[in-house]
Order: sequence, then C-alpha cells, then structure tokens
Amino acid sequence: MTNLTHMSIADALKGLESKDFTAVELAQAHIDAVAAAKDLNAFVTETPEIALKQAKESDKRRSAGKAGALDGIPLAIKDLFCTKGVQTTASSHILEGFIPQYESTVTANLFADGAVMLGKTNLDEFAMGSSNTTSYFGNVVNPWKGADGKDLVPGGSSGGSAAIVAARGAMGATGTDTGGSIRQPASFCGIIGMKPTYGRCSRWGVVAFASSLDHPGPFARSVEDCALLLNSMAGHDPKDSTSAQRDVPDFAAALTGDIKGLKIGIPKEYHADGMSDEIEKLWQQGMDWLKESGAEAVEISLPHTKYSLPAYYIIAPAEASSNLARYDGVRYGLREDGEDLREMYENTRAAGFGDEVKRRIMIGTYALSAGYYDAYYIKAQKVRRLILEDFDKAFEQCDAILTPTTPSAAFPIGENEDDPIKMYLNDIFTVTANLAGIPALSVPAGLDANGLPLGLQIITKAWDEETAFKVGGVIEEKAGFTALPQTLAQKAA
Amino acid sequence: MSMDKKTVRKVAGLARIKMDDAELETMAPQLSKIIDWIEQLSEVNTDNVKPLANVVSIDLPLREDKITDGDCADKVLTNAPEEVQNFFVVSKIVE
Repeated sequence: MTNLTHMSIADALKGLESKDFTAVELAQAHIDAVAAAKDLNAFVTETPEIALKQAKESDKRRSAGKAGALDGIPLAIKDLFCTKGVQTTASSHILEGFIPQYESTVTANLFADGAVMLGKTNLDEFAMGSSNTTSYFGNVVNPWKGADGKDLVPGGSSGGSAAIVAARGAMGATGTDTGGSIRQPASFCGIIGMKPTYGRCSRWGVVAFASSLDHPGPFARSVEDCALLLNSMAGHDPKDSTSAQRDVPDFAAALTGDIKGLKIGIPKEYHADGMSDEIEKLWQQGMDWLKESGAEAVEISLPHTKYSLPAYYIIAPAEASSNLARYDGVRYGLREDGEDLREMYENTRAAGFGDEVKRRIMIGTYALSAGYYDAYYIKAQKVRRLILEDFDKAFEQCDAILTPTTPSAAFPIGENEDDPIKMYLNDIFTVTANLAGIPALSVPAGLDANGLPLGLQIITKAWDEETAFKVGGVIEEKAGFTALPQTLAQKAA
Repeated sequence: MSMDKKTVRKVAGLARIKMDDAELETMAPQLSKIIDWIEQLSEVNTDNVKPLANVVSIDLPLREDKITDGDCADKVLTNAPEEVQNFFVVSKIVE
C-alpha cells in the first residue's frame, strides 16, 4: 500500500473514492504517526477514539454514496477551537479541563464535510507567541532539526498544528492567525498556511485573543489541499457579526497556473535591516519564477510598514485585556480562592495566566486606562488606517504582493526569550495583513544553508484568496519543495 | 522608565492580577521597554486620520427578535468551579 501519511488530501480523497483504502485505515495510519511523533509535543489532547469513530461513519457514508467534500480526511484542530465534549484549553492553565458544550463554526463546517479529528494541538498560551514556548502544556518541537541537531521552535502560535502536519501526523490542520500565527509556523515547518480575509471564516467558538485581528485558517502540505480546507471552513455565520455574507468561491479551481500578465508588487520597505542574504536571494528567486510564468514585477511602497508592529502591540493587547477579562474563576476554568471576591479574581488570574499573557493584559490595560487611551489606543487605530491605505494604494498598481514570510528560519528553543521585542519582530512581514484584514498565503520555497525551510508570502486584496492561491500554486510548482524533516527522512531511508 | 513600580501595581489592580513585589520589579522594566518601543508611533503624522477599529463594515447586521437558544442551565453550569441549584457560587459580597 502507498504511504498513507505522505499523501495529499486531494490524492487521499481519490484513493478513498476508488476504495484503495478505507477512512478507518487512513485514520489508523495517522493515529500511529501521531504516536510516533510524540516527542514533538504537538497535541494537548489526542482523540484517537473519536477519529476512529468518525472514520467508521465516514466509510459508511461513502459506501452509501453520501460522502462529503473532506470525507475521511484526518485533521488536527488547534486547541483554540471549541470542540463539543472535548477539552479546549487555549494552552492555558486557566482553561485546563474546560469542556465546551458547543462546537465552533469552523470545526462544525469541517465535520459536516466528513473530516476526522485526530486531536487538539498545542499552541502558545491564548495564541500569544511566535515560538510555541508560552504554552502551559510545554514547548512544541519542530520536526526539522538544526545543523547541530538542536531542537528548534515550530513557530507560533499555531505551532502544534504546523509541526504535526509537517511530521506527516495529520493531512491538514486548523490554525488561527492574529499577527502571523498561521504563516510564520507554516514557514518554519515547511508547509502551506493561509490567513484568509477577515470575515471569511467565522470566529464563533474560537477562544478570542484580539477580535479585530483573529483569523481562522488552514494548514496543509499542498496549495490545493489548503484551498480545499478553506472551502470547507469558510462561509457566512449569523453567530459572528463580522462574518461576511458572501459566497465562497471554489478556491481550488483558481489553481490554473496561469499568471500571465499578473502584476506582482515587491514592497521596498520589506528589505528589513539584518535580513539574511539567503532570504533576499530566495525572494528574488520567487520573483524570477513568477516572471518566467509571465507575471510582471512592480516595485511598490508600503510606507507605514515600520509602524505596523508597534500599532499591533497596542491594538492586540488592548483587545486581549478586554477579551480575557472573562477568566474570573466564576463560570468556568480555574478558581483560586481568596478572602473576598476581588481577591479570588486576582488569585485566579495570577495562578491561571502565564508571563507573556500577563504582560499583554498589562500593556492592554495600561493603553486603555484613563489618560492614555487617546495617546496609545486611538493613535494605534489611526496608524492602522494608514497601513490599510498603504495596501489600497499598492493594489492600484499590482494584483498580488510577494514578500518573505519571516525574517529568519526556525530558531533554537530558548532563543529570543530574554527580550519580548526580539520575539515580536518575528511577525514583521506577516502582521500588516492582519491589520489590513487581507488574505496572505505562505508557501515553502526552499531550504537555507542549514537545511531549514523558508517560506514566501503572497498577499492579495480583500476577498481575493483566489489570486493568492493561484500565485502560490506557481511558486509551489517552480520550487518543487519535496524535502522532508530530518526525523522523517531518516526513517524513510 | 515609562512604567514605574507604582504604575505597574495600579495596572495589575485594574487587570485583577495579583502581583507580589518581586513580580512588580521584574514586570516594570519589561513593560517599560515595550511601551518605549511603541512610542515610535508618535513619529507618524495622524492629523485628520480617522481611527480604524475594524476592517469590516461597522453596520452590525440585525436579526429577527426571537429566542434561538436557552433552557440549558445544565450545560451553562457544566464547567462551573462551584454551583448550587443552578447558580454560580462566589464568595460573600454583601455583609
């Protein structure tokens, strides 16, 4: 039998349909792969029983001719999506043991299409981080290893999702992206990650971090698979007031390879200080590939890029301080008793939140407090508008924007821990698309000198995921990225 | 330092997070550094720029005024740290 865990979703759907294997066999192969990848600590909760049960039902549906668009496909779900009856923690002590009584809209959509859940993946606590080292349930390890064999971060916050898809433990995964939390780990783990337009995927049932910046989206190992997953996840949801009343196009159909005449913007401000020559070269290589396919390069300017991270680090913590006010030890989650109600709140939150979450709540509370609101919060919102206008102007000159996804490849666990700002700078190329709410796709484009994957990012206009997928598909084909994480390559050899 | 220990203590109170002296000492320089870095926003001329709260239209959709859920007290209370007869229990707040 072909190696079931190395297939694409598209091929697995064909294999299931032609009865080459069953959904149960596919689920079991992935359950075994998850067990073999235990060292990555990619999951907070594994759900093999649920996977096998769903797979059995999937096989029944398929033999009855009622298979859905993703029927029998084993996926990993970021532990930020509420899953009915299955612990959902946001990787925080404060939510440890929380069992949602409802299903998030995105996971409900996936399950309605027949997807199979392998478990809930580890993340940075409340999705706050770029390294998956802030989780209460421990660090996630990247399946790719450094030249010296050191353990590397998978990126964050959706580190568990990215690591397990890269390690062939799941065919795809859900993630959320508030400042780069899908695209940066996708880049670090050598897989595809898509942050769609704000409003494309419902946020209902997703543990909130920064509501105006949170975007659910998919991970997969091919652009086509990513498009298939997004098709299932997306759609209007009356339960999320910011969910768009728009038809969902057939994203996979956009993968025509035809980019003749497309104008690709290269933002001059993204030549960041201290960016490695390798990444500059890969970026140029990406543009050359697109030109070979008939696209045209256009230099563009996004003059407020430099201010996007500082603006983000007001807006996101401000929204977080408000969203996380609900964790008070009264209705769910951890409770630490105190002399009176206020002390119970304070003890609960002191014991329940980790350092990075506390820092962000504190920054947000400060920025929203009397006397500072205009100077910080309103100022940041004004800068946010300027960043959006930068993109509006740029898209008058081009159809898509090509940038590196990250300023470096995956770094060793423990690095950048001494200085929060150094860690924040990981998101320098990704955060702008969150502030503007526009689609952005990361596609692995090559390896650096140490054999670690590097991604390129394609950013497009609001609601134009199709162009992002189309351009991403061309990069994917030209790059021919087939490298495997060292841990898997050794096993295969 | 933009956030001294006294300010951090006040903010921790507003955020309802208990912090002892040692934590306040650690937190103050960390937060100050972040705030100082954020200060670069003041370089940007934002005269006559309207704040952007959200990239989607601010017209919130209306729905028909009818009950769509409810009658599930048991579900609401499933995750409660403490409950009695369909109520959440907290420390006494009235003398």
